[in-house]
Amino acid sequence: MRIGESMREIKTIEITKVIKELALDANCNIGKSFIDRLREALQKEKSQIGQNVIGQIIENDEIALNDHEPMCQDTGLVVVFVEMGYEVHLDGDLYEAVNQGVREAYDEGLFRKSVVKHPLDRKNTGDNTPAIIHVKLVPGEEMKFTLAPKGGGSENMSLVKMLTPAEGIEGVKKLVLHTIFYAGGKPCPPLIVGIGLGGNLEKSALIAKEAIMRELDEVNPDPILAKLEQELLDEINELGVGPMGFGGSTTALAVKIASYPCHIASLPVAINLQCHASRHKSRVL
Amino acid sequence: MEIKMHTPITTDKIKTLHAGDLVLISGTIYTGRDAAHKRLVQLLDEHQPLPIDLSGQVIYYTGPTPAKDGRPIGSCGPTSSYRMDPFADKLMGIGLKVMIGKGDRSESFIEDMLFHKGIYMQTVGGAGALLSRRVKKSKVVAFPDLGPEAIYELEVEDFPVIVTYDIYGGNLIDDEVKKFQSIDKKNFE
Repeated sequence: MRIGESMREIKTIEITKVIKELALDANCNIGKSFIDRLREALQKEKSQIGQNVIGQIIENDEIALNDHEPMCQDTGLVVVFVEMGYEVHLDGDLYEAVNQGVREAYDEGLFRKSVVKHPLDRKNTGDNTPAIIHVKLVPGEEMKFTLAPKGGGSENMSLVKMLTPAEGIEGVKKLVLHTIFYAGGKPCPPLIVGIGLGGNLEKSALIAKEAIMRELDEVNPDPILAKLEQELLDEINELGVGPMGFGGSTTALAVKIASYPCHIASLPVAINLQCHASRHKSRVL
Repeated sequence: MEIKMHTPITTDKIKTLHAGDLVLISGTIYTGRDAAHKRLVQLLDEHQPLPIDLSGQVIYYTGPTPAKDGRPIGSCGPTSSYRMDPFADKLMGIGLKVMIGKGDRSESFIEDMLFHKGIYMQTVGGAGALLSRRVKKSKVVAFPDLGPEAIYELEVEDFPVIVTYDIYGGNLIDDEVKKFQSIDKKNFE
């Protein structure tokens, strides 16, 4: 058998098409399960202003869906997770194919171009590229794409901190609660809170972002983390920050935690906040 | 009850507003965010004329998406206001009165705002499609090269805002968050 004989060929033009469709959909369609979660929160919210704010968010998300318009003017920096089967062969550059899909979607969808070429001289690239692309090799002959337009407001309130092992679970909880309280309305609550525990500096941040992409109703298979997610969700909602920081009992809709083995000296904690415009869409090719 | 108010929002009108008031603004307002603020203050520092007269005006912190055919503007919700804190004192110094955005702001901003008798209001972050329905006209009036960060002149009708910091030291965020906080501070301080 020649090398490559059993490979599945995927054309980069197909990847561009998938990315374009995911970006067009993600920015305008928050998804039914998320709106259902907002409606539940509306019933439980104790603050009158908070109820008014959640009501406006639901109305906004329905306008966006029905009129196919971006729900938020911050159509984000595009993050793409690619799971690539070992047995896939591409006819061109994956990164360029993804960026081309972003370019076409942001032009056609009339989305805001929110990327500057250099963090210090800050000139807009004009087409919302480059995307942030994470590629993972997996068994099989398929490719899975998960695309998330990530807003600046919630990303700005996110952080990584290297705790010591002695600080443990109490240290993690305190850091999460402190971060969310002082972020107030800036990251646009009600939030999805993504937390990465362990790994190292960059691994913790990456798994925190992956955690945001999980299904809202999915129960964490790790019982320690499942318990911590519930405890943190309850305590976050006792902070009083409320919808858009106007005060209230709905500060987060979900906490999603991922973990990874780490060094004996470290307890890395990444907190990646996701605003209520929690946009992510996936497709398998 | 909602208070209807037409721009310009004069000092006399500002005196009637208190933290927590729901206001529906109609008339002309200007957009401006990070890059436009930096340029405006640079022009002031260099004693150059500004492209717009900010005296008695309203700045809304937003960078809209492009408009669909036949519509005045795209999605246009507020961006976080704290990033404009370092520029606000100088702009209020030449007469800027009202700032609209989202989120809490620094102590030093609040001091500057009280000194200049300005006022800070919020709209709902992430409700950009909804808020776009209250904008009737828009045109770029300064810094077109900044794209979404250019200064737009907007004609708004019943644009919904909540007074957040008033001229009497009222602070809606602090008051409301305290009401709903049920966890001991030692858990997060």
